[in-house]
Amino acid sequence: MGYERQKDFGTPESTSDQQVTLTIDGRKVTVPAGTTVMRAASESGGSIPKLCATDNLKQFGSCRLCLVEIEGARGTPASCTTPVADGMVVRTETPRLQKLRKGVMELYISDHPLDCLTCSANNDCELQDQAANVGLRDVRYGYDGANHMGQDVDVSNPYFDFAADKCIVCSRCVRACDEVQGTFALTVDSRGFASKISAGQRGDDFLSSECVSCGACVQACPTSALMEKSVKELGKPERAVVTTCAYCGVGCAFRAEMKGEQLVRMVPWKDGKANHGHSCVKGRFAWGYANHADRITRPMIREKITDPWREVSWDEAISYAAGKIQDIKARHGARALGGITSSRCTNEETFLVQKLVRAGFGANNVDTCARVCHSPTGYGLSTTFGTSAGTQDFDSVEDSDVIILIGANPTDAHPVFGSRMKQRLREGAKIIVIDPRRIDLVRSPHINAAHHLALQPGTNVAILTALAHVIVTEGLADEAFIKERCDWDEYQDWARFVAQEKHSPEFLEAVTRVPAQTVREAARLFATGGNGAIYYGLGVTEHAQGSSTVMAIANLAMATGNIGRRGVGVNPLRGQNNVQGACDMGSFPHELSGYRHISGGEVRKLFEDDWGVSLDPEPGLRIPNMLDAALDGSFRAIYIQGEDILQSDPDTHHVAAGLAAMECVIVHDLFLNETANYAHVFLPGSTFLEKAGTFTNAERRIQPVRKVMEPANGYQDWEVTQLLANAIGCGWNYTHASEILAEISRLTPTFAGVTWERVINGEQLQWPVNEKAPQGSPIMHVDGFVRGKGKFVVTEYVPTDEKTGPRFPLLLTTGRILSQYNVGAQTRRTGNVMWHDQDVLEIHPTDAENRGLKTGDYARLASRAGETTLRVLVTDRVAPGVVYTTFHHPDTQANVVTTDNSDWATNCPEYKVTAVQVTPSNGPSEWQEEYADLTAMARRISGGEMEPAE
Amino acid sequence: MDIAKLRRMADQIAANFEASGHEAAVASTAEHIWKFWDPRMKAGIYADDPAQLSPIAREAIARLKADAEAA
Repeated sequence: MGYERQKDFGTPESTSDQQVTLTIDGRKVTVPAGTTVMRAASESGGSIPKLCATDNLKQFGSCRLCLVEIEGARGTPASCTTPVADGMVVRTETPRLQKLRKGVMELYISDHPLDCLTCSANNDCELQDQAANVGLRDVRYGYDGANHMGQDVDVSNPYFDFAADKCIVCSRCVRACDEVQGTFALTVDSRGFASKISAGQRGDDFLSSECVSCGACVQACPTSALMEKSVKELGKPERAVVTTCAYCGVGCAFRAEMKGEQLVRMVPWKDGKANHGHSCVKGRFAWGYANHADRITRPMIREKITDPWREVSWDEAISYAAGKIQDIKARHGARALGGITSSRCTNEETFLVQKLVRAGFGANNVDTCARVCHSPTGYGLSTTFGTSAGTQDFDSVEDSDVIILIGANPTDAHPVFGSRMKQRLREGAKIIVIDPRRIDLVRSPHINAAHHLALQPGTNVAILTALAHVIVTEGLADEAFIKERCDWDEYQDWARFVAQEKHSPEFLEAVTRVPAQTVREAARLFATGGNGAIYYGLGVTEHAQGSSTVMAIANLAMATGNIGRRGVGVNPLRGQNNVQGACDMGSFPHELSGYRHISGGEVRKLFEDDWGVSLDPEPGLRIPNMLDAALDGSFRAIYIQGEDILQSDPDTHHVAAGLAAMECVIVHDLFLNETANYAHVFLPGSTFLEKAGTFTNAERRIQPVRKVMEPANGYQDWEVTQLLANAIGCGWNYTHASEILAEISRLTPTFAGVTWERVINGEQLQWPVNEKAPQGSPIMHVDGFVRGKGKFVVTEYVPTDEKTGPRFPLLLTTGRILSQYNVGAQTRRTGNVMWHDQDVLEIHPTDAENRGLKTGDYARLASRAGETTLRVLVTDRVAPGVVYTTFHHPDTQANVVTTDNSDWATNCPEYKVTAVQVTPSNGPSEWQEEYADLTAMARRISGGEMEPAE
Repeated sequence: MDIAKLRRMADQIAANFEASGHEAAVASTAEHIWKFWDPRMKAGIYADDPAQLSPIAREAIARLKADAEAA
């Protein structure tokens, strides 16, 4: 598409079922009751001038530009605050209105710089448009009176500037921050003529304020008062392409606004069903990594990891990699080979990688980064409900009355959905937060959790069983639902189990450290408070009992009848953009696409016939098993697409040893990541802006990824995989991602009705999309569970082996923060480092004082697996005995400290519980110094030394 | 494969099924290992000293090993 501003109807849509017919400028218009006159005019093709109104904010009625005449009504009411009525007759253009509007505009323009030709918003400015609309030609008052010209521009934010002299104080930015984002960082300071938009307290600028840089204010601004620096630098975009964000699992739709091959800005797309026009600092602004100087665009090879890299042609690199694979296969068999798919890549790309491993290499040693995040979700929900996915769409939260949020921090990790949740909480829904930390959804502006169950890390199953105990023993279970929808005998077994005294909140208080009365009150609220929804994240899955916790959550939802309609359900918040899709595509070593076990002869034959090969009927190795097998010599080569296991996976020393033991490590990525330190072949990757395909978000929504520019490396990632496949004799001939999607649909029942055309044409398909659900399935298990009857599973609390003691008396739990993403490969190469340039260790004041530590000090963080050093932040967000850090920076590398403990069912690492000791330190650990040397050595490129990326 | 890790994995699986009763736990543990373990992992645990395993894991492995030998 060319460049045009997104349609703005002025006020929000009404969802009323009742229709109202009125007349606007002689035209009969029928709209839902509750629609404003402004919106009715806009929906019927008209356009009433406006400045303070925009359709993602509530009506405000401030600018007085949208005045209309209504027959029988006095005066000239504002169309943005006047609801339609049956038989109403409206006139939007009369000489009286024109005169009034011109007068309003005259006042605005009398205090506005007349520098349109050099303004960054020239030809893309609502104020300019409205001045033209009302025919303003001069300003009777002149420009010499008191005005706001010449004020300092706030340039503190890395992505946008605030120029107060361009501001018309329409409050759209303030309202966007309040209503859409829910941060309440902005305000109108002072009164009358002195009114000025202010970020935070007086003296704050945007950077030092509470502003989270979501961009909602910039998008709402009708002038250039709030303007992206990139637009100021590059100018107005020429075209816009709608695509899907490649950060978290929310899956926000964006317009990539372009000038030639240059991305000017990413603007959230209002028609995006996951984000409804909202964004966060990562998706909106943190795309600069795509053209960062660290990016590698030429293939490289080396014989040994101690050699410098040698840039080669694609032919040579692919031929070298293929030769290594074939040689190892000849000497050690197919099971010595494997691959890892990426949750950052498209469905089509992950499908091809697993196909390469299974059909090309001849083994099932394929795994994905979901192994280390949501593999327990797949296991737990598949066991209890019959499907490895969440049950709801994001819009469902609008109907929730009570929310349990456990082990997730959506305002940081899934910010756009976090804002949706906050909106619902401000409307009156209640939230119960189960988390060792006091996250923002416990207490922040206009948010006050009904209960915060600040449990001891590692006791999720115990706390959920205690909640279930109260629900069962106090007669709060929804037995009618259970009898109809679930296996009654299994329920009774489970009910007897949870009803045991040893599962009471009082008994378990010593384990969970949550006061029993709080648990009881939370259980009663969830069971009796209306629609109950459970949202969870990696604080659930990344435990020794991750899968049990997921099943305990499912038990709780079934026991309270909270499945199968809007407002309820079990909702895993997926970490990366395509975790759901990567799992759907057969990335796990034991199952083919659509979660069908590899041992199933009929299913395997379907693939064998389609692919023309025989498949190994035995499950393959998971990532941690691959590393173990590498150390015993039975696993020797790996192809890793878009994942940095050295930084992201636990027990870094073990990962490094496993990689070092392999004969051939092929890394396919944008950057020389940490894993590439141990690689022999580097294949340059393409960004999400350079490829076509689909991502599937946490709601199972299959969304288009459109190529907005040519790949800097010459190939989309699926094309690179195909090059490698063909070099080992696969004979593939895909010419477009759509052909891969067609193969996926042909082989995967839940995708049976998905076509490229439907996705590209904007159909919002949430799998399953098949004969039973041709339009997809926003809510699952509506009339019955996929597996038939819902299965209650007895989940005994089994304490983790990771115990505190004299040597390691504290518990470390890890997570992420708003401005950084995962291992930071992308966000560390953007302006987001202004908010977070290093990982810090949060420690409670009591624990800090006992160790003589204060904020800013260096501390040594040690576990039985390893040690690192990082700076300390003393805060009571964490409980005594608990410390917390992030894993975004390789020079800290928190995973040196995490252990090889993992979930019993899936081997998902137990990142959230590590026994540690914290002591004062003078500087980097020995390991950090050695690793810095290794990195400098490993990133040498012959013919030109390359500086380490960090 | 690191036999200590395989033992720990098998025991961990068994411990999480234990609440369902001994016979069910043995069956579930065996099924779980059959469904999710790579052949070299299975071979490793079959070849190990059963006395090193918890009772449920030991029975599950014995059952799987017998099935494998019969096949």
